[in-house]
Amino acid sequence: MAQYAHPEMLVTTAWVAEHGKDPNVCVVEVDVDTKAYDEGHVPGALGWAWNTQLCDTTVRDILQKTQYEKLMRDSGITKDTTVVIYGDSNNWFAAWALWQMKVYGHKDVRLMDGGRKKWIAEGRDMETTANKATPAAQPYEASAPDLSLRAFLPQVQEAMKAGNTVMIDVRSPQEFTGEILAPPGLPETCQRGGHIPGAHSVPWGKACNDDGTFKSVEELKALYGPEGADGSRPLIAYCRIGERSSHTWFVLKYLLGYGNVKNYDGSWTEWGNLVGAPVERGAAQKAQA
Amino acid sequence: MKPEDYSERDVDIDGWPVHLITYRLDGKYHTKADNVSPGANLARIVADTKQEAEDKAIARARELLGRTRRNAV
Repeated sequence: MAQYAHPEMLVTTAWVAEHGKDPNVCVVEVDVDTKAYDEGHVPGALGWAWNTQLCDTTVRDILQKTQYEKLMRDSGITKDTTVVIYGDSNNWFAAWALWQMKVYGHKDVRLMDGGRKKWIAEGRDMETTANKATPAAQPYEASAPDLSLRAFLPQVQEAMKAGNTVMIDVRSPQEFTGEILAPPGLPETCQRGGHIPGAHSVPWGKACNDDGTFKSVEELKALYGPEGADGSRPLIAYCRIGERSSHTWFVLKYLLGYGNVKNYDGSWTEWGNLVGAPVERGAAQKAQA
Repeated sequence: MKPEDYSERDVDIDGWPVHLITYRLDGKYHTKADNVSPGANLARIVADTKQEAEDKAIARARELLGRTRRNAV
């Protein structure tokens, strides 16, 4: 079986059980369900809330550089810390956190393969005490944002017109076709349903095994390759607000090792609310030969 | 403490597939219901018994899923 392009980006639950409290390791839980942490987490893990701590709560944006630097310092994280992130829903928002840390240049940040689900299924130790880090002694100085990892609306519009970029819509098939406007059970947050013209549908969860771990290289190539995502062309992943697509971005960037992969975090809540934006409805397109 | 009595199963609620994960932690049963794909959380319930936790999670999921509109495409 082929190895992931960057196997160092993943750790196992067993590794975390053994090394999670090492001096230079910081384990952080980031969940879709922000209260899950309080009901039990990996011993010693910090908890970050995606909706208050991992975004700018005034402007719709990821953390500003200074906000990010404060979060890192307050979490006791230095530029040399090995940060291991995990969460519920197969590391969905954990990948969102990792993506932001890569945007700001953190060298050693990894996902715990299988996330919270696998840890619990294996019956590993948990604690309910909310951990509070001792802030780092020195300020954390982030790199300038690496915008090669992030797509903004004008780039996506240009990519759609030029047709030289493969856009992967990672939402559910029903969201892709326009049958529903948001994941079942969640509030509708866009005015129109459908997808960006030319996008290919590869729901994010297909990259995972039943136990929450990532599928093998061979399986991932078989999943994305037929949709044109084989590394030969630039890739943009999007979903509804950019978190599910962070998961796919992680797979394409680090597990398959494709060089030019961007996460469009504006995603469908931006595109589907734009006046005059072209929208395609109905079934998925097949990749161009 | 360690989670015990872990189980997973899929149920159909008014035509929507829903995934239930239940386990016991510190004497209480925890049930999480999500909508399978894309996996958004629908309900998280803590109760004294597995039956009670899952029944309440399903009821909450049904309430939320009942608000989802299907459009013709």
